Amino acid sequence: MSGMHAFGKAQDIAALMNRRRANAVAWNLVFILSTALAVLFLLLLVCSIVDSVFGYAVLTDEIEPSALVPAKSSVGDFSRQELEEVALTRLSSGVLRRVEHEKPIAQRSDKDLRDLVEHYVVKPKVLRTWGFWDSLTKRAEVSAFIARNPGSYASFRSWLTPSFIVSDQSADPLRAGIRTALLGSLWIIMITFLFAFPVGVGAAIYLQEYALDTRLNRILKLNIFNLSAVPSIIYGLLGLAVFVRAMEPFTSGALFRSFTDNTANGRTIVSGGLTLGLLVLPIIIINTQEALKAVPDSLRMSAYGVGATKWQTIWYQVLPVSVDRILTGTILALSRALGETAPLVVIGASTFISVDPSGIFSKFTTLPIQIYQWSARPQGAYRNIAAAAIVSLMILLLLMNSVAIHTRDKIAKKKRLES
Amino acid sequence: MNNHPAALALHHLGAATDVPKERPILQLQQVNIHYGQFHAVKDATFDILEKHVTAFIGPSGCGKSTVLRSINRMNDMIRGSRMEGKILFNDHDLYADQVDPVLIRRRIGMVFQKPNPFPKSIHENIAWGARINGYKGDFDELVEQSLRQAALWDEVKDKLKQNALRLSGGQQQRLCIARTIAVQPEVILMDEPASALDPIATGRIEELILELKNSYTIVIVTHNMGQASRVSDHTAFFMVDEKRTGYLQEYAPTEQLFLNPQHKKTEQYISGKFG
Ligand SMILES: Nc1ncnc2c1ncn2[C@@H]1O[C@H](COP(=O)(O)OP(=O)(O)OP(=O)(O)O)[C@@H](O)[C@H]1O
Ligand SMILES: [Mg+2]
Repeated sequence: MSGMHAFGKAQDIAALMNRRRANAVAWNLVFILSTALAVLFLLLLVCSIVDSVFGYAVLTDEIEPSALVPAKSSVGDFSRQELEEVALTRLSSGVLRRVEHEKPIAQRSDKDLRDLVEHYVVKPKVLRTWGFWDSLTKRAEVSAFIARNPGSYASFRSWLTPSFIVSDQSADPLRAGIRTALLGSLWIIMITFLFAFPVGVGAAIYLQEYALDTRLNRILKLNIFNLSAVPSIIYGLLGLAVFVRAMEPFTSGALFRSFTDNTANGRTIVSGGLTLGLLVLPIIIINTQEALKAVPDSLRMSAYGVGATKWQTIWYQVLPVSVDRILTGTILALSRALGETAPLVVIGASTFISVDPSGIFSKFTTLPIQIYQWSARPQGAYRNIAAAAIVSLMILLLLMNSVAIHTRDKIAKKKRLES
Repeated sequence: MNNHPAALALHHLGAATDVPKERPILQLQQVNIHYGQFHAVKDATFDILEKHVTAFIGPSGCGKSTVLRSINRMNDMIRGSRMEGKILFNDHDLYADQVDPVLIRRRIGMVFQKPNPFPKSIHENIAWGARINGYKGDFDELVEQSLRQAALWDEVKDKLKQNALRLSGGQQQRLCIARTIAVQPEVILMDEPASALDPIATGRIEELILELKNSYTIVIVTHNMGQASRVSDHTAFFMVDEKRTGYLQEYAPTEQLFLNPQHKKTEQYISGKFG
């Protein structure tokens, strides 16, 4: 073969260059299109959720405010004196006794009284809701609806409000909130982290750094890989059998005599957290193994070279440089756990509770379960609060991730510059 | 031993108290090393003299690194590697059951072909090895002494807190030498320590080796004939047989090996005919 001629003549080379360029352009286009498609679907998703969070609601009151105090169309306009009067005269005697027992009417704040009157006397009810887009474009439909329903009125509202976050569960969508579910989710995720992180990282360190390359260990690694692909509901069944049933004395708290109520049996936060822990364990193990694999052997060798033991090498040299990758994997795994519904439903998470979890042996519900519950109901307003809860869940995820990423970067930076 | 400030607790396997001039500190006897089924080195037998520089030369793949790593039991870390024969260190078998390889690696330090400082500060690079080995003295003093011995102090004294990876390749390699010195080994193994460096940095490493020879026993692998002749007192020439198994072809005082080689292959190799 004689030099350049093996690559063909000048025009062959030019033709080949053109083909290569065209090829590159085509692939580039494919990549751009797929990115655009992904962004489009993401936008659609966000829009469709946010669309349900804001918009018109047409309400009707059981007793209109003007029937309570003449010429005042809203409880917000009532004076203090009027509020107290209405509360004392219109509340049913049972409710009044309970309310007075909690805190005497005279000592309650204006806002408190207004809520009382709204809830127990005026009793607004949602007739129909419109999404954000429809609220903008179908005003006529809203007016026509109001005209057809005497006594009804429209209000443009956001379903996601501070009181939605801090209120507990209620059958009335106007008053229902996510506090209990939010606390449940936070408790669960804490247990999941405390269980899955040390166990997962420990197992990965063993498998990657200590385990010999035997047939058994190879099979083990392969199976961990497969486990990460098992549908989450299977983990629910496993959790039900192991944590809820077999380990009931432990997971119900009976062993520690610290359970808050004995109706939960094993269906407690520990069981839920451990079940989700099992679910994310393979993910954390695989991720950590990959992180450890990415650490060059030369680093280990240099540590051994100055007389470090295996453990010192891992602890002082290998882990510090892989810590950000390990934590990134953990964050992703926990995000997945935060959004899981099926396994928790299988192990018997409560679907309607308004008692906040008080510890790891409490009954619980979580945000995704709450969302699932609400979105399964036919009445319009539930769809809106489900959307509001979804947005809350996403905000929680973002918050959790940014806190985690921030801590991760701080740890990584400290480890890198440690002197 | 040397004028080092370190007061590391030395667990001597049996160091000689009065040092005769040509005492073998390491004795390789019928060393055979396998990687799985592959016989990498066969029947290597020779002595390494205390406070001398011994060079390993030979064509690529003849097992120089393999033999070097077997001297501080670094080969233990390679899966599938197996060693037969004996290596005596101060007359004690390095591969005896009760010997802890971690301790061996502290007493027989290693500098690698590619500079591989820890991704930490310069100070920590040197202090870490001493700390994990229980050094109780003044770390700042240790760092300064070690860096001075490695001829790096003047260049880095103002940036000890800086990450070591920001040093140049040559500086990194000298830092690796300083880090090895800091744990006060008796022997320093160097696997092509200058192969990634420019001629000036290489020159400094060579000066450094001649300097360190007063305090340490040094074994250096090199592909550079000039380097071997400049720095070493003894040279071991390795070759491969037809099954690609490495063996020791010739071992002699460096001057003799280069001026008056006993084997044809040695002569061919050092005159650049192959390899
Ligand atoms: N980790 C290993 N696993 C399997 N075989 C190995 C390993 N390391 C080295 N070998 C083999 O052992 C033989 C000797 O390798 P070694 O690295 O000791 O040669 P070398 O003389 O240092 O070569 P070079 O001059 O290129 O560095 C080679 O055939 C090599 O393929
Ligand atoms: Mg080599």
